[in-house]
Amino acid sequence: MPVPAIRVEHLGKQYQLGLREQARRNFGEALMHALGAPLRRLRTLSGTGNGAQRFWALRDVSFEVQPGEVLGVIGANGAGKSTLLKILSRITEPTTGRAELRGSVASLLEVGTGFHPELTGRENIYLNGAILGLTRAEIRRRFDAIVDFAGVERFLDTPVKRYSSGMYVRLAFAVAAHLEAEILLIDEVLAVGDTAFQAKCLGTMERVARRGRTIVFVSHNLSAVRRLCTRALVLEQGRVALTGDTTAAVEEYLAHNLNEEAGQAAARRPEWARPLITAVRMLDAAGRPCTRVAAGEPLSFELDFACAGTAPLRAPVMGVVLNRADVGPVAGVNTRMTGFRPSVGPCRAGTLRCHLPEPRLLPGQYTADIWLGDGPRDLDVLPGAVRFRITEADVYGTGVPPFANLGSMYLQARWEFRPGGVEELIACHG
Amino acid sequence: MSVMRCLAERGELAAGDRGGGAAVEPVVIEAGRGAALSLRELWQYRELLYFFVWRDIKVRYKQTVIGAAWALLQPFCAMVIFSIIFGSFARIPSEGLPYPIFVYAGLLPWTLFANSLSQSSLSLVSQARLVTKVYFPRLYIPVASAGVGLVDFALSFCIYIGLMLWYGHAPGASVLLLPLLLALTVVTALGFGLLLASMTAAYRDFRIVVPFLVQTWLYLSPVVYPVTLVPERYRWIMLLNPMTGVIGGFRSVLLNRPLEWTALGIAALVATAVLLLGLRCFRNRERRLADIV
Repeated sequence: MPVPAIRVEHLGKQYQLGLREQARRNFGEALMHALGAPLRRLRTLSGTGNGAQRFWALRDVSFEVQPGEVLGVIGANGAGKSTLLKILSRITEPTTGRAELRGSVASLLEVGTGFHPELTGRENIYLNGAILGLTRAEIRRRFDAIVDFAGVERFLDTPVKRYSSGMYVRLAFAVAAHLEAEILLIDEVLAVGDTAFQAKCLGTMERVARRGRTIVFVSHNLSAVRRLCTRALVLEQGRVALTGDTTAAVEEYLAHNLNEEAGQAAARRPEWARPLITAVRMLDAAGRPCTRVAAGEPLSFELDFACAGTAPLRAPVMGVVLNRADVGPVAGVNTRMTGFRPSVGPCRAGTLRCHLPEPRLLPGQYTADIWLGDGPRDLDVLPGAVRFRITEADVYGTGVPPFANLGSMYLQARWEFRPGGVEELIACHG
Repeated sequence: MSVMRCLAERGELAAGDRGGGAAVEPVVIEAGRGAALSLRELWQYRELLYFFVWRDIKVRYKQTVIGAAWALLQPFCAMVIFSIIFGSFARIPSEGLPYPIFVYAGLLPWTLFANSLSQSSLSLVSQARLVTKVYFPRLYIPVASAGVGLVDFALSFCIYIGLMLWYGHAPGASVLLLPLLLALTVVTALGFGLLLASMTAAYRDFRIVVPFLVQTWLYLSPVVYPVTLVPERYRWIMLLNPMTGVIGGFRSVLLNRPLEWTALGIAALVATAVLLLGLRCFRNRERRLADIV
C-alpha cells in the first residue's frame, strides 16, 4: 500500500472575530467606556477575553493525497480553502488535528512574494527564489530559464517598480514555475496576467503535474481545476463536503452553489434595468415548473412583466441566454431575431413564453438570463434568473449518450458513407 | 492553545534535484505540540539570512546620489555635534582623551545597538506581508536587521581609523577582543529586539514606544559621558544596563585602557538572559504570528 504524500487528519482552525462596539447611551457612559478601552483592547489583542466571538474557519478536515496526484480544492469564498493551504504551508498553525507531508514542500500563495519594488528584475529573481526556498546555486542554474520564461531580458537591470504589471507578474510566476519541490501547494496563482500568459501558466502547471509532482491546487477557476486535477475536494463552511473525481465534484459543487444563489437574480440586475420582470419560470415538456431536465427534452422559459407607473410596452420583446455554469454563454435567442411580434396593443402586464423544442445541451449545470425589451430597447434583465441541470439521456437512442465533457452542446448529425477506394477510382477513369 | 511543530525538514529546500526522496522524514504539522528551535532548519535557510541583509542594504541606498557615503556621513556628523555640545559647551570630562575620539568609541557600539534594536523591533510588522504568505524561519527577520547594523558598523569603523590617525592614538593588543565585544553588542540588541519585535507584532503601541525608548537609553548609557561621572553608590544600577559594560569595553579596547571585567561579566550575563527570554517570547509569538501581525 503506497504511503500518501499528504495526510491530513481532523484539521481545524479557529479564529477570533473582532468585537462589535456597542453604541453608548450618554456621555458619562461613553467616558467610562473610553477609560476602560485600553484594558478591553488588551484583552482582545491578547485573545484572553471571554466575550470574543470565535469561529471555525476549518473544521475536522481529513483527506489524503497520493504521490503524483493533483488535488483541486474548491469552495465558495470563506469556505476555508486558503486557511487549509496556509496550514499546510506552515504559515499558520492548526487549532486541532494534524497533517503530514512527505517530501520537499514549496508553497505558492501569491506570485511575487517578497518582491521589492526598488530592486531590479535580476535582484528580485534571486531574492524571491531564496524566499521560496531555493539556494543561490539553484537559482543561478535556473536563471536563464526563468528570464526566458518571463520574457524580460531587456529589463533585467531595471527596478521592478518601473515594470508594467504584466511584466511584473510574468517575472514573478517565472520564478515560481521553476521551483522543483516534490509537493507544491498553489493558491489561485493562475488568476494573473493576460489570457495568453494564463494559458502559458496553465500549460506549465500541467507539465509540472505530469512530471509526477504532488500538487494541491486551490482555485475559483473551475475549468482550470477540471483541466489540471485528477481529484477534487469541495470545502463548505470549513468542512469537507465532498472528495472525489474532479468532474463529479465540480458538478456537485456547482449544483449546490447555484441553488444557494437562486432567487438572488434580482440583486444582480444591472443599473440601467427597470424592474419590470416580476416572475420567471422554467417549464418542462408537460408545462410543469422544473429545475432538472433530461438532455434533448423540450424546455420553456416564461416571464411575467408588469409596468406599474411606467409607460406600457408597445412591442414586448423576450430574450433568453443560456450559460454553462463554469464556462459562460452557450447560446441565446430573442423574439427580434426570430421575428416574433405579439399582435396586441400597448399592454401594462403580460406573460411571455420562449419554447425551445430541442435544446441540444450536454449534461451539466446551466443558468439562463432572461431579458425583457420594448421594440428596439432593452428594458430589464435578470442575469442567472433560472438555474437548471441537464441530466444525461440517450439522445441518439443508441444506448451511447453524448460525451458530457466535450463542450456544451451535442450535435445532430447525418452521416454518409460512399463505398469506394483506389480500385474504384481507377475503374471510374477507365 | 495549539502548537505547530516541524519535526524534520530534510529536503525542505526545493530540490527535485535530490530525486526520489524516499527516505525523507515527513513534515509534521500538529496542534498541541511545543515549538522547538530547529537549528537544522536555520542552517538550511542560511542563505535567506544573507539575502535579507543584502536586500536591506541594497534597498537603502537605491536612488540616492551619494549612496553608501551616507553610512559614513551619519556617524561623523553625530560625532561632530556631540563633540561641540557635550565636549566644548558642556565640558563633560573625557578621561583625559580628546572628546571626539572618546565619544566616537562610545558611539560605535551604541549606533550598532540602537539601529539593530529599533530595526528588529519593527521588522516583523514591516514584513507582515512576507510572514503571511510564505514559510521560512521567522527568526531571520529580526536577525537580518541586526546583520544590517553590523554592515553599518564596519563602515563607521573606517571613520574611527581616521580619527585614530588624526589624533595619533593607537590601540593596544586588547583590540583583538573587539570581535567578542561586537558579539556581545549584537546579542544585547537581538535579545531586546526579539522581545520588542514579539510585542510590536501584537501591540502596535510599541512602534511608538521603541524610538522613545532608544533615545532615553542613550542618555542612560555612558555614551556622551564617562561612567565615572555617576556617583559611586549608583553605579551598580548603571551596570544592570548591559550597554554600560559594552561601551566601557569598547573604550578600553579601542583606547588601550585596562578592561573592567566585572562590568563586562555582568553585561554578558544580563545580555544572555535577555536573549534567552527574547527567543522564548519570539518562539511563542511565532506560532500565532501570521494570525495577528
